[in-house]
Amino acid sequence: MEQAPPDPERQLQPAPLEPLGSPDAGLGAAVGKEAEGAGEESSGVDTKIEISVSEAEKRTGRNAMNMQETYTAYLIETRSVEHTDGQSVLTDSLWRRYSEFELLRSYLLVYYPHIVVPPLPEKRAEFVWHKLSADNMDPDFVERRRIGLENFLLRIASHPILCRDKIFYLFLTQEGNWKETVNETGFQLKADSRLKALNATFRVKNPDKRFTDLKHYSDELQSVISHLLRVRARVADRLYGVYKVHGNYGRVFSEWSAIEKEMGDGLQSAGHHMDVYASSIDDILEDEEHYADQLKEYLFYAEALRAVCRKHELMQYDLEMAAQDLASKKQQCEELVTGTVRTFSLKGMTTKLFGQETPEQREARIKVLEEQINEGEQQLKSKNLEGREFVKNAWADIERFKEQKNRDLKEALISYAVMQISMCKKGIQVWTNAKECFSKM
Amino acid sequence: MAGGPPKALPSTGPHSLRDMPHPLAGSSSEEAVGGDSTPSPDLLMARSFGDKSTRVEFDLPEYSVRRRYQDFDWLRSKLEESQPTHLIPPLPEKFVVKGVVDRFSEEFVETRRKALDKFLKRITDHPVLSFNEHFNIFLTAKDLNAYKKQGIALLTRMGESVKHVTGGYKLRTRPLEFAAIGDYLDTFALKLGTIDRIAQRIIKEEIEYLVELREYGPVYSTWSALEGELAEPLEGVSACIGNCSTALEELTDDMTEDFLPVLREYILYSDSMKSVLKKRDQVQAEYEAKLEAVALRKEDRPKVPADVEKCQDRMECFNADLKADMERWQNNKRQDFRQLLMGMADKNIQYYEKCLMAWESIIPLLQEKQEAK
Repeated sequence: MEQAPPDPERQLQPAPLEPLGSPDAGLGAAVGKEAEGAGEESSGVDTKIEISVSEAEKRTGRNAMNMQETYTAYLIETRSVEHTDGQSVLTDSLWRRYSEFELLRSYLLVYYPHIVVPPLPEKRAEFVWHKLSADNMDPDFVERRRIGLENFLLRIASHPILCRDKIFYLFLTQEGNWKETVNETGFQLKADSRLKALNATFRVKNPDKRFTDLKHYSDELQSVISHLLRVRARVADRLYGVYKVHGNYGRVFSEWSAIEKEMGDGLQSAGHHMDVYASSIDDILEDEEHYADQLKEYLFYAEALRAVCRKHELMQYDLEMAAQDLASKKQQCEELVTGTVRTFSLKGMTTKLFGQETPEQREARIKVLEEQINEGEQQLKSKNLEGREFVKNAWADIERFKEQKNRDLKEALISYAVMQISMCKKGIQVWTNAKECFSKM
Repeated sequence: MAGGPPKALPSTGPHSLRDMPHPLAGSSSEEAVGGDSTPSPDLLMARSFGDKSTRVEFDLPEYSVRRRYQDFDWLRSKLEESQPTHLIPPLPEKFVVKGVVDRFSEEFVETRRKALDKFLKRITDHPVLSFNEHFNIFLTAKDLNAYKKQGIALLTRMGESVKHVTGGYKLRTRPLEFAAIGDYLDTFALKLGTIDRIAQRIIKEEIEYLVELREYGPVYSTWSALEGELAEPLEGVSACIGNCSTALEELTDDMTEDFLPVLREYILYSDSMKSVLKKRDQVQAEYEAKLEAVALRKEDRPKVPADVEKCQDRMECFNADLKADMERWQNNKRQDFRQLLMGMADKNIQYYEKCLMAWESIIPLLQEKQEAK
């Protein structure tokens, strides 16, 4: 079982896998894994878990400031499927809102810093082209968000480590009190401060080159996908314009056919095909939005990648600082022992100013330093170990992520090509029909 | 060269002239641009064309002459003068706005050539116009300018008399069928104008779409440079979009060069037809006025005076010519639009087929490595 080695600080806090039943009270969504859910008979039986975000509902309620607000709630249904007979049984069903998903993710980020944590769908509609509403209450946006949230949960459920997390399990099963449970873990206190992380980024001296490269990659990935999404939105806008103007042909052909004798019928029916052509763009562009959403997921994944790199930098910087501190203490000690002053120290200064200290005082100081040095060496060792463990585990997850990314994006490109092919075929169909009508003129 | 009024020859009819291979067939490569002649406000371009004829009034079976736009313009005015009761096909627009259109660009020259070609063909197909003296000269004379200067005005009896019809006669009632033609032409021109605007708008939108596509494709290339396994698929998509962009550019070029000019030509055509209708109205008005004057005089004239009779003749001939021409025009119009619109549909089909091919060809590229995994 891979796990981040317990942080000496964190050992006092409840660990993520605090048993509330069996030691591995979590979920395994992979086929063939034995799910040892609380209270479930599962010896020798292969059980699969299915998660779906099946509905979205508008709600009104009161917020923290006792003001009325409107928000959307999403229904999460969990089913367990018996592998033998394929029957699915609804085991849990509850409503969650977007902010609760955010809370879950924030928690996972703190407790699994070596994992590329799946991203949430966007909070507000971005990269819109003119027809799409940027309104969060817009039904199309809500629908696409529902799909995005489901995808988020499925990603976690299919991750070998994250799927076993207790809080995740409770998210799916415990409607009331879940927020309190998460907050009780005290994860907010353990989150690295942004300032600290930023500081580390600039001052770390020897980060692992792979992480440096990965950070560059994720920066560039983010930049290129943003660009792609922006241009794609403009392309969609223009394409919409082209198709819709053809609708005007429908009208004018109809009017023209009224004054014609032999040409009338052909013109009229051709006009109808122009109308069909013009209205076909709506479905086409709707399908393309799904492609855009797939790209967006990886745009946000870039941020998750960067988070792992930042964690590494932070740990490495911490290590470097600890090593530096230890070295300086050792030097101080050496100076005291040998009596030479090479480095500046306040004690040394005051000694110069106010007179020499007694041998006893010096002995005491050396002793303190030696203790500190010992402790420091222990800490350095454990930090080193921690750092290496982190690098190993993080890199394993990054490799897993890379495979996933390549698979997913390839599929996205294929489905995009398929969409384009379908659009071309529709175009050929309509114009062929129109041509036939023209031929009868 | 046969002089005097053209008459229908017994053995040959319009058909033999129709058998003429396209007057401008195969010779547009010989266009001289810029030219040796003195610059003039309009197009400095000469066209050469070969024409074969089996008609008796042509001395030689084959002619090859060079003409410029000015000459076509001259021919048209001469035809209008000498055959005022007939519908003369239109010429492409005379004046082009400098700076907006490059008068020497290949596309412009080609578009114009096609329009002039059509002009000659329509005259060739016309049973009366094709025998016109000026037309004959146009096709055969080595030095047209010399001929123009001579000012040999070969007018028909009809032309002579109609030329002298002055305005100022008010028409009582327009016969229903000509009123109907007038109304039809009005609406027709209106609808064509709308179609022209729509077509222009579509081309504009397509060009803007093209601009975005040209930025879109390369972004996939940029992305491909960051990736390992995805590099080829992304590059493939980029190339694909590039191919679609090219196909779109071809579509917009075609529509601009082939579709719009023909539309515009028909608008001009219906304009010139309206003026012929007006002339007809004038002839009728003159006749009616003269008739009325005679009736009012009530002198003991045993029969209708000769000049009133001539007026009646004129009117009836005009009406007959015009009706015949309208029918011919309607038929041609139907053919022309059938062809034009089918052409438009074809161009769009070809565009989509090119794009389809591009996208279908990269599917195996995208799927390939997946199976190898």
